Amino acid sequence: MADIIRLKDINKIYGDKIKTQVLFDINLNFDAGSFNSIIGESGSGKSTMLNIIGTLDKPTSGEVYISGDRTDTLDKQALASLRNQTMGFIFQFHYLLPEFTAKENILMPYKIHDYHVPKDVDEWADELLQLVGLTKVSKNLANDMSGGQQQRTAIARALINRPKIILADEPTGNLDSDSTENVYKILRDINERYKTTFVIITHDQRIAEKTDRIIEVKDGRIHLDFKR
Amino acid sequence: MRLAFSIALRFLKSGKGQTILIVLGISVGVAVQLFIGSLIQGLQINLVNTTIGNSPQITITPTNTEKTIKDWERALYEAKISSNDIINLSVAADGPASFDYESDIDPVLIRGFELKNGNKIYGFEEGLYSGQLPSRKDEAIIGRELAEKTETNVNDKILIVSPFGGAIRLTVTGLYDLKVSSINETWVITNLETAQDILGIGNQVTGVEMQVNEVFEADKIAKSLAYTLSLPEVKVDNWKDQNQQLLSGLNGQSVSSIMIQVFVLVAVLLGISSVLAISVVQRSKQLGILKAMGIKDRDASLIFVFQGLMLGILGAILGITLGFGLLISFTTFAVNPDGTPVVPIYINNGFVALSGVFAIISAMTASLIPARLSSNLNPIEVIKNG
Ligand SMILES: Nc1ncnc2c1ncn2[C@@H]1O[C@H](COP(=O)(O)OP(=O)(O)OP(=O)(O)O)[C@@H](O)[C@H]1O
Ligand SMILES: [Mg+2]
Repeated sequence: MADIIRLKDINKIYGDKIKTQVLFDINLNFDAGSFNSIIGESGSGKSTMLNIIGTLDKPTSGEVYISGDRTDTLDKQALASLRNQTMGFIFQFHYLLPEFTAKENILMPYKIHDYHVPKDVDEWADELLQLVGLTKVSKNLANDMSGGQQQRTAIARALINRPKIILADEPTGNLDSDSTENVYKILRDINERYKTTFVIITHDQRIAEKTDRIIEVKDGRIHLDFKR
Repeated sequence: MRLAFSIALRFLKSGKGQTILIVLGISVGVAVQLFIGSLIQGLQINLVNTTIGNSPQITITPTNTEKTIKDWERALYEAKISSNDIINLSVAADGPASFDYESDIDPVLIRGFELKNGNKIYGFEEGLYSGQLPSRKDEAIIGRELAEKTETNVNDKILIVSPFGGAIRLTVTGLYDLKVSSINETWVITNLETAQDILGIGNQVTGVEMQVNEVFEADKIAKSLAYTLSLPEVKVDNWKDQNQQLLSGLNGQSVSSIMIQVFVLVAVLLGISSVLAISVVQRSKQLGILKAMGIKDRDASLIFVFQGLMLGILGAILGITLGFGLLISFTTFAVNPDGTPVVPIYINNGFVALSGVFAIISAMTASLIPARLSSNLNPIEVIKNG
């Protein structure tokens, strides 16, 4: 199957005077439609890697390809629309816009691309609300929802533009085990239904075990790559 | 673009306290600026009006040895065609004479006008506090001070001695008060014929006087009049050349008024700019996530430009309202004993519109720094630092 994400010889070094190398010669490919997890100790470089995949950060050296196109050489403008159209982000801290309601937050990535929301997209937003079980609170402001509800809103928002890739950094990091289970189910469901590629950073062993592929990062290197 | 606008609106709505504070700041600035500007303008117009409102603003005077103008009808005609801004044209026959009364003899100035026209410049009729204007030959009106000193009443006859020794009796038809004591003391006002008779100048006049629509254009109008005039041996004067001191005083006042206004606006601008810059920091999380989701840098900065624009418009509207309120209360409460305002304030629509537009532009300019901050914000900083 085609590689939708490809990292080639990625190095990441922080700092000018005191240099800290965080990633060492990372070579990694992800199949389209696969459901992957990244695990590893705190500070091992997981988030750095995910942010480089997501074009939010740039590698110090090496090449990044999304759907076969090189991204580390693109300008800010091009990256912004690439992110908007092909990627959905779910962060550990939900990062909803507190000035907007749940549904408005979910529609935001669409509006960034096109302010006018057609009927089918509006219905898709309602469908997503249904999928993550938030129909009742769709008109709540972000801060008027529980942590789990906010996280599920963020998941729905990541899906609104039907991206090919979803990058999630500890999406269940601060949820209880029931909610964690629930969020995981939703992600898996989406993966199966829409063939969306998932890369999920997690500390939760039980979640990792349910994914198709587990990558363990240790001290900035791929320590283990386990495919089922 | 529209997204930036709707996000800006939402940011303003959700930070109500801050929004109200900035809008108040802008509107106080606009109100003060408007108030000071209108007050100074009112003062100046008032000053100019009292100084030159009831006097000729341009005069044609003879330079020949007889000090008379023969062909004054031609002068009138040429003045009329030289500029549309010339109004209240009038000829005058002036000359010194003596007022002989019971106990003494006083020097006076005989001033003969075609009274209908002279009245338009000097406002004789309005100044009359007793009697009426002369309607035929050998009638005159005199001023309050002169009347009191000589104990003259309406319908009294007075004795005027011409510089050549001839004496003429004039009937006083009215007493005036033109609020200038030197005029009230010395001017004996008659119709043209009477004055020409007393002064022995036949059908000639000693000056042509006029006013203009735009008082501050008087020098230019006078210049073009001088160019048009074909009469020999006359010169054209205007009030501006004769009141340099007043003009430089007015100028100094205008400059300091503009300085005050500019400083008020600069203070407002700095205020808005700093509050908006703070709000970029406050919203950096939101901006970071919007950027991660792919909002363009241009739209990210437009959010703040739109905030500046909306704050500016709101502030301008409120400020103008507040400014008018100040002006109205000032004209209502700061009044003379007779109930007229101390400074009659002239509302200049152009000036009001200008201060509004200026406030809006200031607010938008103030938003440029925060807009830049917003454009340069890197989402990774926000994402990493929670
Ligand atoms: N701006 C920076 N300057 C210097 N070092 C940095 C910078 N950002 C991150 N690092 C370092 O890079 C390493 C990897 O960080 P990263 O956030 O990728 O770790 P992580 O695996 O996601 O850890 P966690 O599980 O705690 O989230 C850490 O040791 C961190 O201290
Ligand atoms: Mg991390």
